[in-house]
Amino acid sequence: MRAICCICALTLLYASARGQSGDFDRLMELLAAHKHGRSEFIEQQFLSLLKRPLESRGELIYDAPDRLEKRTVEPRVESLTIDGDQIVVQRGRHRHELNLRDYPPIAPFVASIRATLAGDRAGLERVFRVEFGGTLARWTLELVPLDAALAKSVERIEIDGARDNLLHIEIRQTDGDRSLMTLRNATAP
Amino acid sequence: MTKRGASAMALWLILMMLAALVVVRARYITDLSAFLPAHPTEQQQLLVDQLRDGPVSRLILISIEGGDAAGRARASAAMAASLQSAPEFDSIDNGQPSIAQRDREFLFQHRYVMSNAVDPQRFSAPGLGAAMRETLDDLASPAGLWLKSLLPRDPTGEMLQIVDRLQRVPGPMTIDDAWSSRDGQRALLVATTRAAGSDTDGQQRAINAIQAAFELARQRETGTAAAALQLGMTGPGVFAVRARSHIVQAAVRLSIVSSSLIVVMLLMVYRSAAAVFLGLLPVASGALAGVAAVALGFGAVHAITLGFGITLIGESVDYSIYYFVQAHRSDLPLQGFSDWRRNYWPTVRLGMLTSVCGFATLLASGFPGLAQLGAYSISGLIAAALVTRFVLPQVVPPGLSIRNVAPAGLAIARVLRRIPYPQLLAAVALGGSALVLYLHRDTLWTRELSALSPISASDQAYDARLRADLGAADVRDLIVVSGADLQSVLQGAEQAGATLDRLVESDTIAGFDSPANILPSLATQEKRRRSLPDSAELRSRLARASADLPIHSERLTPFLEDVAAARDSAPITAADLDGTSLKVAFGALILHEGPRWTALLPLHPVGGAAPQEIDVAALREALRRDHCDSATVLDLKQQSNDLYAGYLSEAIRLSLGGFAAIVLLLAVALRSPLRVARVLAPLIIAVSCAAALLVAAGQQLTILHLVGLLLIVAVGSNYALFFDRAQTGAERAQAGLDPLTIAALAIANLATVIGFGLLSFSQVPVLEALGTSVAPGAFFALIFSALLASRGSRA
Repeated sequence: MRAICCICALTLLYASARGQSGDFDRLMELLAAHKHGRSEFIEQQFLSLLKRPLESRGELIYDAPDRLEKRTVEPRVESLTIDGDQIVVQRGRHRHELNLRDYPPIAPFVASIRATLAGDRAGLERVFRVEFGGTLARWTLELVPLDAALAKSVERIEIDGARDNLLHIEIRQTDGDRSLMTLRNATAP
Repeated sequence: MTKRGASAMALWLILMMLAALVVVRARYITDLSAFLPAHPTEQQQLLVDQLRDGPVSRLILISIEGGDAAGRARASAAMAASLQSAPEFDSIDNGQPSIAQRDREFLFQHRYVMSNAVDPQRFSAPGLGAAMRETLDDLASPAGLWLKSLLPRDPTGEMLQIVDRLQRVPGPMTIDDAWSSRDGQRALLVATTRAAGSDTDGQQRAINAIQAAFELARQRETGTAAAALQLGMTGPGVFAVRARSHIVQAAVRLSIVSSSLIVVMLLMVYRSAAAVFLGLLPVASGALAGVAAVALGFGAVHAITLGFGITLIGESVDYSIYYFVQAHRSDLPLQGFSDWRRNYWPTVRLGMLTSVCGFATLLASGFPGLAQLGAYSISGLIAAALVTRFVLPQVVPPGLSIRNVAPAGLAIARVLRRIPYPQLLAAVALGGSALVLYLHRDTLWTRELSALSPISASDQAYDARLRADLGAADVRDLIVVSGADLQSVLQGAEQAGATLDRLVESDTIAGFDSPANILPSLATQEKRRRSLPDSAELRSRLARASADLPIHSERLTPFLEDVAAARDSAPITAADLDGTSLKVAFGALILHEGPRWTALLPLHPVGGAAPQEIDVAALREALRRDHCDSATVLDLKQQSNDLYAGYLSEAIRLSLGGFAAIVLLLAVALRSPLRVARVLAPLIIAVSCAAALLVAAGQQLTILHLVGLLLIVAVGSNYALFFDRAQTGAERAQAGLDPLTIAALAIANLATVIGFGLLSFSQVPVLEALGTSVAPGAFFALIFSALLASRGSRA
């Protein structure tokens, strides 16, 4: 009897795991179908250095496969465009072109959001240990960096959403600081 | 052999041996110096310095293509590693992150003497508050995560100030830690040679070292991808080396081919190998004398002058053709020579003197390439004529005779006589070509120095592509600050920089680079250091400043420590830049030659990818207003085009002077305005037609086309003089020119057209320009000489 129970439990576990994996793949398929996306964002940074969180808002624009633009409107108009490996930062009249590889702290942000938006599961799994939770209707992705250098600064990234809508992106750093980005879809794709 | 003949032979042999000695020991150069003014103005001197020894001239851009991306990146790393220690190079950069890391560490460590924002006001309590508020805003920006780690040590954001100001050209993208083109198909490296750009041998050694390093890197790779790897190089030094071998190769190859063709043609005509061989003696002597004269007169022979050497074949071979056809005719084997000396030599001599007159004015040119060409042609032609007159008769066996070419001459004469209305035809040709030239009068001459460039269009395109890949665009405008020592030029650069900052604000320029941004003058460093308060004072100011900021001031202890360290640190010097890419960047902006130091501040035009022209006048005015007396604005492109325009107008003036000298010579020699006109008319028509043909084909004329037109006069004057001689009553034996002379002229013309016709196909623009103008021009000269004479013979 106990053995049967055990088998039942295992089967159930197995089934749910399979279901999860299937949902993850379907989520990725849904996301991959979007070639263009645009979301308003509010970002809060909780830094131990500061007495209260820093807040900024703006717009996040994505074009498949690997162009991501973060336009900050407040507190200052600025933009960060990541196209392939190239980063362009526009601050007032200054324009900086950087290379993603030279700026490890930006890399996880880019890799996590971009690969998620692209529905690129393999890409995600190259950089992170990925854990999918919930269902397609309301899911979470927990990303833990595989790369040791990255793991030094980033503890994990949590993205949650409903179907093909990303709702939050939270980056937790190893020093306890974190940033939380809340997204609201501006245009229905 | 007569006693006089023997001494002529001996003199010839001795002179030729001396000339050969000079030629072997001469220095051959291929850099731009042939194009640079012999007596430059101060502005031109700056340009010359830049082109010849400037840091830009020491750059070699390297690409690795083929294979796969990972293999290219490995080869790039291997090459960088092996060239790093090579004595030929000052630096080699392939985009390894370690270098960028070192740069950042250096900038961060010295941020309080390097940041332009550091002054006493910034370190007052209100100043600190404003700076930190700014930083907090930055922290909320997209780059915030990166800045966060700097905040405890750099709450005033000096690092960002420095990075903003350095305005480093956006670097190329990186694949596997190696620079790559944007399409990912090429790995890229940048080498700075130790040898100056004008040191072609040194550049050659650097190129060899790069090639060896590449081969080594490729051997380390395994598999089929390794074999597919290809090395590419570009840059001023590479061009110089390539131009040297190209021009010399092209000159040698074309000389061999055209000589062979001429030899074959002469063999068919003469039916005597001995005559053909001996006929080349004046040519060889002329070439040897020409190079020797240039080497003695100028100290060094430019490769382009060597290229002109071929052109001499065209005219000097004519002398021997006239000699053999006239003096060694089979029907009059014995009296031929005296006949030639009496009847033909004076005409050949006058023709030679006419050419010499035409070229003599070039000697006065401020354009060394043109002056060398003048010296080469004059000495070469005189030598060839003298050898024909005095040496050939000694070495040609008296019994030697060539095939009778009179029948061919008769046939040509018959054809020429059948051409209807020859005079009208010539007039129409002149009118038509003049009209074509008139219609194109505004675009007749090209105004750009690059038209003279010995570099092929495909090489230039490749260079432009690699530069675009590396983000190392060609600089057009720069501010030049000169002074007696490094500190004074750095201070001058800082002063000019303040003015330029305002021009950036007003959008006159997008930005600028300055050596003072990398290494501030000692005075400025000291001033900035003195702006930093001591620890106790800073602590209390910081507490006041951060009172109403969301920042925990007690977390800023690293900031206090760093400022205290900066107050006590020794000033940074050029030596401190070692190991960073800033060293190369600094070296590129500072020149040191003799007692003279120069700082360069390249300007970035507004408009990004489609740059607008910088308002140089506004720039000069702004610098003048701010009393930046040691700073001058240098517009490189304008400056070099002005230089070329100066050469061009000078060359046109000199050519006209040469033409006047020819008229004068003919007036003295012929003593008849009618005969002078008769000689000049066909030459003018030929020059006009040749120029019109080029222009109609869409070619803008350069100085080299002008030289080509001058050569048409030089070669064509022989034809015109022979026809003229036949028309003057005293020597006129029969109606028109005798068949033998017609045949000689036709053979000589064919040789010229073959020689120059081949040049038209050369990949070296300089040689091509000569070929396409002289080949048709020489043909026209003969035709119109004949046509105009034909009118005279009928009258």
